[in-house]
Amino acid sequence: MTGFRTLFVKEIIRFWKVAFQTVMAPVLTALLYLLIFAHVLDEHVEVYPGVSYTAFLMPGLVMMSVLQNAFANSSSSLIQSKITGNIVFVLLPPLSYLEFFAAYLLAAMARGLMVGLGVLLAGFLFTDLTLAHPGWILVFAVLSSAAFACIGIMAGIWADKFDHMAGIQNFVIVPLTFLSGVFYSIHSLPAFWQTVSHYNPVFYMIDGFRHGFHDVSDVSPVHALAVILPVTLVLCALSLQMLRSGYKLRP
Amino acid sequence: MTPAVRVSGLEKRYGSVHALRGVDLDIQPGEFFALLGPNGAGKTTLISILAGLTRATSGQVQVMGHDVVRDYRAARVKLGVVPQELVFDPFFTVRETLRFQSGYFGLGRNDDWIDELLDNLGLTGKADANMRRLSGGMKRRVLVAQALVHKPPVIVLDEPTAGVDVELRQSLWAFIRRLNREGHTILLTTHYLDEAEALCHRVAMLKEGRVVALDRTEALLDNADERMLELRLETDELPPALAARLSGRAGDVYRFALRDFAEAEPLLGSLREAGIRILDMSVRQTDLEEVFIRIMAKGT
Repeated sequence: MTGFRTLFVKEIIRFWKVAFQTVMAPVLTALLYLLIFAHVLDEHVEVYPGVSYTAFLMPGLVMMSVLQNAFANSSSSLIQSKITGNIVFVLLPPLSYLEFFAAYLLAAMARGLMVGLGVLLAGFLFTDLTLAHPGWILVFAVLSSAAFACIGIMAGIWADKFDHMAGIQNFVIVPLTFLSGVFYSIHSLPAFWQTVSHYNPVFYMIDGFRHGFHDVSDVSPVHALAVILPVTLVLCALSLQMLRSGYKLRP
Repeated sequence: MTPAVRVSGLEKRYGSVHALRGVDLDIQPGEFFALLGPNGAGKTTLISILAGLTRATSGQVQVMGHDVVRDYRAARVKLGVVPQELVFDPFFTVRETLRFQSGYFGLGRNDDWIDELLDNLGLTGKADANMRRLSGGMKRRVLVAQALVHKPPVIVLDEPTAGVDVELRQSLWAFIRRLNREGHTILLTTHYLDEAEALCHRVAMLKEGRVVALDRTEALLDNADERMLELRLETDELPPALAARLSGRAGDVYRFALRDFAEAEPLLGSLREAGIRILDMSVRQTDLEEVFIRIMAKGT
């Protein structure tokens, strides 16, 4: 356990030492979105009856921050270690692939949830948010951060250069998170795009998470959980298999 | 006795590249062993497999009797590796780096040994400096300290003195020699063959993924059979018996190959009998570099 604990603590300290970049900056970015969209649309858009646009937007922004930062933590830590060569320091010791996985997973989740919490706390300054179902909020935050931490682990192992990582970030992660109902309800989309959105797991993450705040959502939280739980488990299994096989790390 | 390192039938292919072609090697506990070979011979691949950084295509490697794949935890605890590249984590100080490395090996509290390592490697004053602020030589010392945090009985040094200044090289070798005297097994790869000759009990030479020489360092030098007696003589011509033994001549310097130093005295006696004056004399012994070049020049 000491090996796992050390790697986990190291990963936490790694991002905390540059907290301006890894925690404060994403919180500020989310708040800028909130400021601009809420200012422009609050008077004009009502997605759910009785829920202001700012209140509607908040959970989406929180979840987007959680996902993007969970991904960023595991992926950037691994790619940096691989490119600078210091990954050797965690490959030489007697750490099992399970310990390796758990440390990177939990540290990435910690950063995602920390940024999400920061956005949420700051958001309370802008809008009256209710926490209708704290349990759902927690379940979707934890599972979703784990899913994106896994994607980050796999991307970090697969990518050979920062350009690969930028490709995943810009062509997979950003579209998945933006086209998922952060800024709108998918019911406001044309039928075709509604169907497409139902194939995006991030839609369920945000929808279930939002249900925890407003007690209203596009699909039921149980339905969302039925999608997210297996998706997260499959991503965990794929990451573990990648680590177990030594793919790219122990060629 | 269980060998410190046992390599049996080791093969490694990277696609069409056959990096190791059936390497067999035993290194005994307490040995100071050199692994030599030109770039691309397979040294780093062999060390990477030993350290669990690369997986073998076939064959086995054991560290202190523990298979590096099946029993990797026990094998890695017994092994300390100083990597060839000057790698470091720019987020942390020297002390943090060593504490984390201790933790990865399951050592929660290791500050006494870390302090001793810092002291022995001349790093005490830099303990709280960020790794980025250290010179190349200092970073190299931290790499050595990282390899030793868990007191491994087997230490692998992969070209540890590449680009290191003379002073650090001397102090590094003094420290490594001490570790060897205290019972640690040392496996060294280096391009500085004078270092291998001075330090190592045994030498293996790799070429194109095969062991082409494996012997005690002294035996390799003895087998080279090339001590050269160089004499500056006051003569233009040697008697036929002596001329037959001549290996080469440059002006008035005559070179005679000797298998043994005992052959020198009769040769000098013959010169005296022939009335030839010796103006100068030197003996040149074959060094490991010449042995290496000769072995590498042969076909595998």
